Amino acid sequence: MATEVMETTSTRNYLNNGHTVKSWLLTLDHKRIGLLYLFSISIFFAIGGVYASLIRLELITPEGDLMTAETYNKVFTMHGVMMIFFFLIPSIPAVMGNFLLPIMLGAKDVAFPKLNLLSWYIFILGGSLMLITMINGGIDTGWTFYPPYSSIYSNTQVTLAGVSIFITGFSSILTGLNFMVTIHTMRAPGLTWFRLPLFVWAHYATSLIQILGTPVVAITVLALALERTFQIGIFDPKLGGDPVLFQHMFWFYSHPAVYIMILPSMGVISELIANMTRKRIFGYHFVAFSSLAIAVFGFLVWGHHMFTSSQSMYAGMVFSLITYAVAIPSAIKIFNWTATIYKGSVSYDTPMIYALAFIGLFTVGGMTGLFLAALGLDVHLHDTYFVVAHFHYVMVGGAIIGYLGGIHFWWPKMTGRMYPEVWGRISAAIIFLGFNLTFFPQFVVGYLGMPRRYHAYAPEFQVLHILSSAGASILAVGFIMPVFYFAWSVKFGKKAGNNPWMASGLEWQTSSPPPTENFTYQPVVTHEPYEFEHVEEIKNAGKLENKTA
Amino acid sequence: MAEHTAEHHIVPLKVYFAVFGALMVFTAITVFVAQFDLEHYWGPLNIIVAMTVATIKATLVVLYFMHVRYSSRLTQVIVVSGLFWLAILLVFTLMDYLSEPAGQPSWASNRKTIFLPG
Repeated sequence: MATEVMETTSTRNYLNNGHTVKSWLLTLDHKRIGLLYLFSISIFFAIGGVYASLIRLELITPEGDLMTAETYNKVFTMHGVMMIFFFLIPSIPAVMGNFLLPIMLGAKDVAFPKLNLLSWYIFILGGSLMLITMINGGIDTGWTFYPPYSSIYSNTQVTLAGVSIFITGFSSILTGLNFMVTIHTMRAPGLTWFRLPLFVWAHYATSLIQILGTPVVAITVLALALERTFQIGIFDPKLGGDPVLFQHMFWFYSHPAVYIMILPSMGVISELIANMTRKRIFGYHFVAFSSLAIAVFGFLVWGHHMFTSSQSMYAGMVFSLITYAVAIPSAIKIFNWTATIYKGSVSYDTPMIYALAFIGLFTVGGMTGLFLAALGLDVHLHDTYFVVAHFHYVMVGGAIIGYLGGIHFWWPKMTGRMYPEVWGRISAAIIFLGFNLTFFPQFVVGYLGMPRRYHAYAPEFQVLHILSSAGASILAVGFIMPVFYFAWSVKFGKKAGNNPWMASGLEWQTSSPPPTENFTYQPVVTHEPYEFEHVEEIKNAGKLENKTA
Repeated sequence: MAEHTAEHHIVPLKVYFAVFGALMVFTAITVFVAQFDLEHYWGPLNIIVAMTVATIKATLVVLYFMHVRYSSRLTQVIVVSGLFWLAILLVFTLMDYLSEPAGQPSWASNRKTIFLPG
């Protein structure tokens, strides 16, 4: 994309620019903040994973023999809270978005570097409060905090957890605000809106949701905490409140929050598919605008969580209809990605394996969402394992697969080293198999009538639950493997060079790892994204320059 | 982009005083109206008057004290979209509350009295 190329011969980069703890904890460099997020959310992912293992262990037998019903309630709640608020929501935006967005825009940093660091500290503060909650016995309300579970029927740490979510929300708002201002004001010369990589479009749409939605959930959990502490009647009918009002306010954010998790992942997949098939994304404009359409439509569908919560039939019908409409922009993306692969020069490296897995798993996750959007069928499926399987296909099969694909793809840019390709492919295959074995049986067991959030169940469901638990152990192996080979590669991996994938995009034109100021020159963009003939030109120009130097 | 839009726009002091005066007048109206029960004339009139006064006051604060009137188009779009999203929250939630059928559970009938005066 840039006309000018300079291979930096110096080894000065953002990683060796200061080695003290202070140089990391007080850094304003978006790349270092991205890495701080990477470490912190990995810890939260591990904690959430431990809770998931406990759930699957309990469900191996039909009797509730490993833990009591109350403990089980706490375990699945903490699994959901950790994974959603402390892993999935910050995952791609705060790690890869922070690291890549300014480089993709040809900027030196985000618009507000200090706010960026502040967002990490707020995240850590909120996360620490949640860890204190966890150590103090956790909460048993489900990650959705529905009253009356969270108001009169819970004697656990709901208030503390609510404060923690309230605080963590600000970290998300600051990240979104930073990205939006950065995209508006800090694009390199020549980088028009329709020359932006689709990763940037996806993050723009995500920021929109983060800024407009997060304040509502913050107020909602705060209202819940106030009600518990001061007996103000907001959600408790005994005090004159209304529990359904909580569901409206909670899902106004929390449904769009699903798109906070999946949209950045879709942005990653667009980059992976374009670069791994060496083709311009088919229907670039449609894919870009479908991200915005998902962000906007996402705000109009929350009532589909409430079909059985005494919501009026009329509201149910409107929400059901709009929910079907959200399938259109999602399908546009899926069809355009597959059209991009068609006749592309496909290489099956690890990132592409993840991209292909995403297309398949997200399609299953999305299509089963349509089952749940149907007013009648949802009465049968509501609060069953079918729902659990559906959102894990979207959240794990979509968001986490995209996250892992992106980490593999940009790892050489982040560290300057290649990960071991063979191990990458093996772990991707293990994750794909383990994931399907874990969650496909849950569609079946849910359709047969197994409700979610129960620690004991009818004996005829046992075979399906054992399959699921077996799959979970395979999935765990697949998730643990990258930790080891990534750590190994930092020291022993093959040197990556500036552009190991021969990819388009400004981030591949600076050195790996990039210097603190990202570019040693001012990049100028003269082409649309994903124009691979220019990548070849740039590479040849670079070779010529090296020869003459 | 936004360098020479009116970030340094100097608002004459008399504008601030005029807005302050208007806010005081509206406060006085609120206090005055509070002495009468307007429900007596028409069911929801109390809330209509209160919300109208509040909306006008909030608009004045946002436009003049928060300088949105002199800000760039982009800032104005962002302010309006914030309000638009608030409207989505209220309208779609009310869509549920206003279209409830008769014969609802007891606590649900309680819901109507909270949100629909009169």
